[in-house]
Amino acid sequence: MPQSLFQKVWSAHAVRQLADGQTQLLIGTHLIHEVTSPQAFGMLRDLGLKVAMPHRTFATVDHIVPTDQVAEPYRDPLAQAMMEELRRNCAQFGITFFDRATGKQGIVHIVGPEQGITQPGTTIACGDSHTSTHGAFGAVAFGIGTTQIRDVLATQTMALAPLKVRRINVTGRLRPGVYAKDVILHIIRTLGVNGGTGFAYEYGGEVFDRFSMEERMTVCNMSIEGGARAGYVNPDETTFAFLKGRAYAPRGAAWDQAVARWKAVASDPGCAYDDVVAIRGEDIAPTVTWGINPGQGISIAETIPDPARAKTPDEKSSVEEALAYMKLKPGSPIKGTHIDVAFLGSCTNGRLSDFQEVARFLKGRRVAPGVKAIAVPGSQGVGRLCAELGIDKVFREAGFEWREAGCSMCLAMNPDKLVGDQLCASSSNRNFKGRQGSPTGRTILMSPLMVAAAAVTGTVADAREVFGVTS
Amino acid sequence: MSLSKITNVTGRGVTVPGNDIDTDRIIPARFMKCVTFDGLGEYLFHDMRRNADGSDKPHPLNDPRFVRATILFSGANFGCGSSREHAPQAIQKHGFRAVVAEGFAEIFFGNCTTLGIPCLSASRQDIARVSAALEADPTTEVELDLVGRVMRWAGQSAPVAIRESAREALINGRWDAIGELLEGLPAVKARAGLLPYLAS
Repeated sequence: MPQSLFQKVWSAHAVRQLADGQTQLLIGTHLIHEVTSPQAFGMLRDLGLKVAMPHRTFATVDHIVPTDQVAEPYRDPLAQAMMEELRRNCAQFGITFFDRATGKQGIVHIVGPEQGITQPGTTIACGDSHTSTHGAFGAVAFGIGTTQIRDVLATQTMALAPLKVRRINVTGRLRPGVYAKDVILHIIRTLGVNGGTGFAYEYGGEVFDRFSMEERMTVCNMSIEGGARAGYVNPDETTFAFLKGRAYAPRGAAWDQAVARWKAVASDPGCAYDDVVAIRGEDIAPTVTWGINPGQGISIAETIPDPARAKTPDEKSSVEEALAYMKLKPGSPIKGTHIDVAFLGSCTNGRLSDFQEVARFLKGRRVAPGVKAIAVPGSQGVGRLCAELGIDKVFREAGFEWREAGCSMCLAMNPDKLVGDQLCASSSNRNFKGRQGSPTGRTILMSPLMVAAAAVTGTVADAREVFGVTS
Repeated sequence: MSLSKITNVTGRGVTVPGNDIDTDRIIPARFMKCVTFDGLGEYLFHDMRRNADGSDKPHPLNDPRFVRATILFSGANFGCGSSREHAPQAIQKHGFRAVVAEGFAEIFFGNCTTLGIPCLSASRQDIARVSAALEADPTTEVELDLVGRVMRWAGQSAPVAIRESAREALINGRWDAIGELLEGLPAVKARAGLLPYLAS
């Protein structure tokens, strides 16, 4: 019987059924970072347990690292303590740690693919909800909590119930100035922030066939914002070309065997899905959020929703709550809204192609007076490539601060934070209340080029108009 | 490891109304700069409860009538967003033993179950009925019966739902899976041996 990739990967990694009916699922690759792992190592020590497969466990540091300081100790003693705790845990349990001194450090969801650790047909877990990113390679990747990190450390497995699979076809072509970020914001807007609960999202269709790996990662990254714990794209030649030659990718004969396996793990033609959704690529516009969750999005040409026109009492109260927080006026265009900060980076949009695409248009332009603009490469590797290509220079000359790799202002666990009720045009993934470090700070999610358009105009703007995007 | 069998949670309740209450709201990221979960209860819903100067905002958890509540009621898609276990840890350390909402985000639900915090779904109408009863008399005892899949309060009752595997794990004292997962280690090694990328 034809099977989906999810079903194939699940059954290949299912160890046994547990008493409560869940599956003991083998996790091939465990990625850890400094924020959610220390307590798990603490539990491991309390129980006197070892790490079952240290060679399948990889660590990096991303959430708390300052992006304007490399030398230790960090100004924030708590950040320094977390850094040292991770170092100690990796040393004690024999885990590979992509520390800053290795030159391979970065956001965990950028480092895994960059190193070739993320591979098709594998299972991946990480104590971070954006682990869904790795699904871009045809891996089944789960964000987990700290107690589950303990489980994976101790047994290389976790208890999990299988997900249903929803196929999302994006057909046709994207119009110029429309990016992967717009695709996922459009999907979440269409299906809702909890529409994916209980599902893995399988993304496909012509738009995904043409997408680069980095574009696929942007979409898979935000699956969780639509409630789907995992999201993936079937592996194809684009996937294999990306992986070939990377540090942890197989070589020689092993490479050929791996490619054969990877081809076979893709969903079979005619396999059954629990649900199928079709979206026309041409219908997707540059999309921005106006509210306090990633589903509250509109096209750049639309007006801010009016609670008076809400269809249900629920919608009315959620629009009112969001507008009160965002201090936006119902019925007015989102375009032209004044911004204070522009943030380009994160596990959603902190990869080479994100900076490359922006640099193409940013050359010769200046960040508007009064706007704080920061660009944060997602990894040291991305930072190096940008430097080699002179991209960092384009950003600096435009008036962006060019920083060291980390999660930075996506969740502001490091010194990069909004102040007061500043409004940030952000290429990150969450516009929750207080997300960017100030309890009253405001976030508008958008694609990297839209962030650049906001930076140079000082307002939420249509990048197609600002930069004359035609292709 | 012997775990308690969580068949029933009885106590006072408090409602934090709203849909899509995310884990950043439950525990803001700046309070995750820690290497233990100790003390997180204090910061539960911090930015919803406190002004910048540390003074209280009006919030159900600041209402003295509800300080002894051990059951948290809320709306749809509760716990969405970040996978941070700091959120259920903060809920538990604040003194809550169960959450009843219209629905839960998946990772949050799993994190709670693993800590022995039942997350029960109920209809909006029924949550509104309990909330009204709690508002009228905050000393009202609510009983969550996981065996009978029902909640009872002040002579009234309403159905509650929970994924069967989670219910099974909670009522049989198997909610922390580590013991069972460790027992499976020989089978884990055998399974890994069948997968080329893990066999080497």
